[in-house]
Amino acid sequence: MKTLVWVEHDGTAVKDATLAVVTAASKLGEVHLLVAGQGVDGVAAEAAKIAGVGKVHVADDAAYAHALAENVAPLIVELMGHHDAVLFPATSNGKNIAPRVAALLDVMQISDILSVESADTFTRPIYAGNAIATVQTKDTKLVITVRGTAFEKAATSGGSGSIETVASTGDKGLSTFAGSEIAKSERPELTSAKIIVSGGRALQNSENFHSLIEPLADKLGAGVGASRAAVDAGYVPNDYQVGQTGKIVAPEVYIAIGISGAIQHLAGMKDSKTIIAINKDEDAPIFQVADIGLVGDLFKIVPELTEKL
Amino acid sequence: MKVLVPVKRVLDYNVKPRVKADGTGVDLANVKMSMNPFDEIAVEEAIRLKEKGVVTEIVAVSIGEQKSQDTLRTALAMGADRAILVVSDDKVEPLGVAKLLAKIAEEEKPDLIILGKQAIDDDNNQTGQMLAGLLGWGQGTFASAVVVADGVAKVTREVDGGSETEDLKLPAIVTTDLRLNEPRYASLPNIMKAKSKPMAQKTPADYGVDVAPRLTTLKVVEPAKRTAGVKVADVDELVAKLKAMGVAK
Repeated sequence: MKTLVWVEHDGTAVKDATLAVVTAASKLGEVHLLVAGQGVDGVAAEAAKIAGVGKVHVADDAAYAHALAENVAPLIVELMGHHDAVLFPATSNGKNIAPRVAALLDVMQISDILSVESADTFTRPIYAGNAIATVQTKDTKLVITVRGTAFEKAATSGGSGSIETVASTGDKGLSTFAGSEIAKSERPELTSAKIIVSGGRALQNSENFHSLIEPLADKLGAGVGASRAAVDAGYVPNDYQVGQTGKIVAPEVYIAIGISGAIQHLAGMKDSKTIIAINKDEDAPIFQVADIGLVGDLFKIVPELTEKL
Repeated sequence: MKVLVPVKRVLDYNVKPRVKADGTGVDLANVKMSMNPFDEIAVEEAIRLKEKGVVTEIVAVSIGEQKSQDTLRTALAMGADRAILVVSDDKVEPLGVAKLLAKIAEEEKPDLIILGKQAIDDDNNQTGQMLAGLLGWGQGTFASAVVVADGVAKVTREVDGGSETEDLKLPAIVTTDLRLNEPRYASLPNIMKAKSKPMAQKTPADYGVDVAPRLTTLKVVEPAKRTAGVKVADVDELVAKLKAMGVAK
């Protein structure tokens, strides 16, 4: 099977989420990549070095600069003339583009796969990860999004893919990019962080969140997350949110501070290797999934922990 | 201008899903069903656009079994003007739903279709994008703000790491994220009034759409369970554990 992986990048570098998708694709067959963007020669060269990559298709056009689904989808449909499957990371861009491609190809997409069982059979979470379904497709072409935490990351070196330019399918004139507000942070991104420190509603306000959670995270070189309750209460912006409706993470160590452990939150972090919970309520559901628990007042514990590390 | 709002009947957000012992799916017998929460946000957004005088008519659509009437009545009680139910006892996949909605859009000619970004049962996150693809319209997915003026929908989207704004030429598709708004509760008088609002009944065959599923669910299982670990007594013990794991020096 010939597979195509849509490469997520920021214009200068390949994003980590792509690497797990390459691994998933390699279970199906030959792996080709698509780098679409503006001024992406550097990204394409980097992508060609990913282990196991055959061909790298490069589409360089202003129409692809902001990964607008309306413009990228027709390009992928064109390339699907000679590919059997297309895979995307289940990131906000991947989730935005993939179903548009699927509809144009008349294919029922398989979302957020956790494993490749065979060439037509996959597992995926439903009901916020409270159940895992094994699904088999009858479609002859495959459109798939991949949960990044479920697959090993392909190595970023060792590959020697050939770079091939593909013609632009142009700007469809349906949408224009009008700006973005991306939080600039020195901290690792949640979806690729090895350690995550997350805060919940028990922090009481935004000031406490910043003055307690962030110093601990920085001491550990960790990413910072939050429960939906903390986001809804306005302590931190929505992109901090870990959970069913936020980000799905699976770091080596997940430290949940003042988070009770609602199903919604657990769905987003229960695949973490080690879970550490700090909470004053010893009956909090978070302790049922935590490997290490500490019952007590976070306002005392967290500063002490930060100091002693 | 007219807005179409598709809504889905799903297991209530607060009910813990239970996997059936025979592995065929999640048990939906005798459990509370409600409107998909993201769809409630979609209905609310349509109503707010109507209250601002941007929208003149809101048409709610649902595809599913007869009981989906309840979900449509909820949309009508919140403030939708009329409803269309496409009855199907078999499960219709997002691709089939998108095809039906595309046909309905051709008939109804809405300027905007607002959908939930995903249904909380199958978690596919596909229908809106598929519909936009089939209609050849622009798509503003995962919206946290929507402003409609001069034939353009300015949609602020929740993306990894922050937010992004796109201008979409109308007609267009918007899918809702959690923070777009807080849906209202329907008042008792409005619930009563909703009973007399028009609801058309159709079938997939009326639209000539083949909704046969492409995916077969072979089995559904519970995810591997985590077990509770150890409790430590104090910070020193926690620090020792972290050091043993190599997390702290």
